[in-house]
Amino acid sequence: MPEVLSAPLIVEFPFTRSTGPVIGAFLTGLRERVVLGIRGSDGRVLCPPAEYDPVDAAELSELVRLPDTGTVTAWAWNPHPRPHQPLATPFAWALVRLDGADTALLHVLDAPPPDPDDPRATRTGLRVRIRWAEERSGAITDIACFEPAAEEPQP
Amino acid sequence: MTTPTERDVAVVAFAQTAHRRSTDQLSEVELVLPVLQDVLKQTGLTTEQIGFTCSGSSDYLAGRAFSFTMTLDGVGAWPPISESHVEMDGAWALYEAWVKLRTGQADTALVYSYGKSSPGSVRDVLTRQLDPYTLAPLWPDAIALAALQAQTLIDAGQADERALADTAVRSRRAARDNPHAQLRGSADADDLLALPYEVQPLRRHDCPPVSDGAAAVILAVGDAARALHPRPAWIRGIDHRIEAHQPGSRDLTGSPSTRLAAVHAGAFDARVDTAELHAPFTAQELILRRALDLGDAVVVNPSGGALAANPVMAAGLIRIGEAAARIHRGESRRALAHATSGPCLQQNLIAVLEGEK
Amino acid sequence: MKTAAELLADIPGLAGVEPVTRVTIPARLDYTYTPGGAQSRFLTALTGQRLIGERCPECTRVYIPPRGVCPTCGRATTEQIDLPEVGTVTTFCIVNIAAKGLNIEVPYCYAYVLLDGAHVSLHARIGGVPHDQVHVGQRVRVVWNDRSRLQDKPSLAAISHFTPTGDPDADPETYRRWM
Repeated sequence: MPEVLSAPLIVEFPFTRSTGPVIGAFLTGLRERVVLGIRGSDGRVLCPPAEYDPVDAAELSELVRLPDTGTVTAWAWNPHPRPHQPLATPFAWALVRLDGADTALLHVLDAPPPDPDDPRATRTGLRVRIRWAEERSGAITDIACFEPAAEEPQP
Repeated sequence: MTTPTERDVAVVAFAQTAHRRSTDQLSEVELVLPVLQDVLKQTGLTTEQIGFTCSGSSDYLAGRAFSFTMTLDGVGAWPPISESHVEMDGAWALYEAWVKLRTGQADTALVYSYGKSSPGSVRDVLTRQLDPYTLAPLWPDAIALAALQAQTLIDAGQADERALADTAVRSRRAARDNPHAQLRGSADADDLLALPYEVQPLRRHDCPPVSDGAAAVILAVGDAARALHPRPAWIRGIDHRIEAHQPGSRDLTGSPSTRLAAVHAGAFDARVDTAELHAPFTAQELILRRALDLGDAVVVNPSGGALAANPVMAAGLIRIGEAAARIHRGESRRALAHATSGPCLQQNLIAVLEGEK
Repeated sequence: MKTAAELLADIPGLAGVEPVTRVTIPARLDYTYTPGGAQSRFLTALTGQRLIGERCPECTRVYIPPRGVCPTCGRATTEQIDLPEVGTVTTFCIVNIAAKGLNIEVPYCYAYVLLDGAHVSLHARIGGVPHDQVHVGQRVRVVWNDRSRLQDKPSLAAISHFTPTGDPDADPETYRRWM
């Protein structure tokens, strides 16, 4: 029985993609520290924006400027960040519905782990705001993460 | 929902590997060859007699583009065969084969799938299936996404961590009767709940094992099926539906695509006694049970399900195979098999299988 | 369909800014590749300067490098065959571009070599002869790399290249079916 051979295999590529007008506009906004949603056929605001309406497939084009603040609609506390993830210290994955949007954006939340006694700790309903990356290039990582917003918690 | 015709399709053979954490001593084709030979031997068919071959796998597990073309060597594709491949779970390869048979393009089909997860880190590899602009650059691994979904279920009051642990215990204890399963048996829920979180609210027991494995199925129509098996497992209906990709645009506590697929497959036309659900994460099984209105009378995942063995890309086909095998053995009269694809149950397939009345 | 600039025209603060049209997001995945039984046997044998093919029990064809399965018959190919170090060029090309990361001097000649007794050609570089003298039917022999350089690590790099033997060309009937 020969020894089991093995060798490292690294697959790495600098993927460059065209963005199209809607994603291009969204990423342009992020570079300028502005979050954009898009209005769907039924009037609901989608963020992140979609090129086509998820229900009737209509081409969408009405961008909506949204504030930097929102509410956590779901979270998952990650005690062991993995390679390439946005933060190197423990953080929460979060779905955040920005104020004025009707859908939620997935990103990371730099906040204390769940703790019923800490109003700034990770939980559904937490009010959060964007922490922008210092260097921005037009990518989802222009949002470095979310952090607890310094305001009264919403019910 | 379907009217019986001479082109009814049945599962007449099923085989799977003993799923393991790693099969370093085997290449992908060496892993697959025994199950291919097993189903051909079960039916006495040769490759020349098979009308259509379809496989499901993902090159991302191997990290090598077109690696799937080399597993076709195991079929012995000469003289040239009618063949297709989906970069998806083999359940969808089975769907494609079912279409070929229903439309009269073949009378028999060989469907196989495999997942050799061990070369890479599968939970990270799966991030490559996500939206490349808004999701993939953040590298939200498969456990993180499942954890988000689990938390929505807890927030909605539809589950708690104990219910998740009970699901894990039940599945892995059922797998004690399954010689192919990787995790067979389980500690008590109390012991499991004392362990740390992987990604809260999920603990290790809420997650599937990382598995290398393969499976194959042979389908046949009408009288050809009756000639190949004394009790064919007839596919009375099969359908699949997909939801929007962005997790933030979906209600993660439910599975409308599963329900819609079930309606169109005729799942609710009569009671089922067995359901094999492709739920790699405990919370997902609870969501699927509700979407499919499965009451206590239904035996869910007697094989142990994906929590007991999860060869990614084969686990869904194995649910269909396990359900069919129970019908073959007379242990089930009418069964559901479910397969899923994409993040947080984005896409779902339902097959309804019945033994001859 | 509107352009990004047109979509942004009505947004306060974004009208007129240079829009993003492309995004570069590097991605890297690390794997550990294991070649499996047949290929491990083949690679290990190369360190001993042996060329191992495997024979199909049904059609008796010999495959090199072996993959453990006969692609014609779908049968396991477990019988090991030590193949001779000589074979025939069945096709070749002259490559003028060095692929990124490939440490090779261009132009170089790359060929399919049908080893005597095999039914599938091995890929290899042809060396030791001017490129315009390489031709189909040419008899060639393996030139091994210095064993000490390889430190006995199983690798296709055990083979440096193939070089003409100087023998008369092979009878086309010996290789025509396997081109």
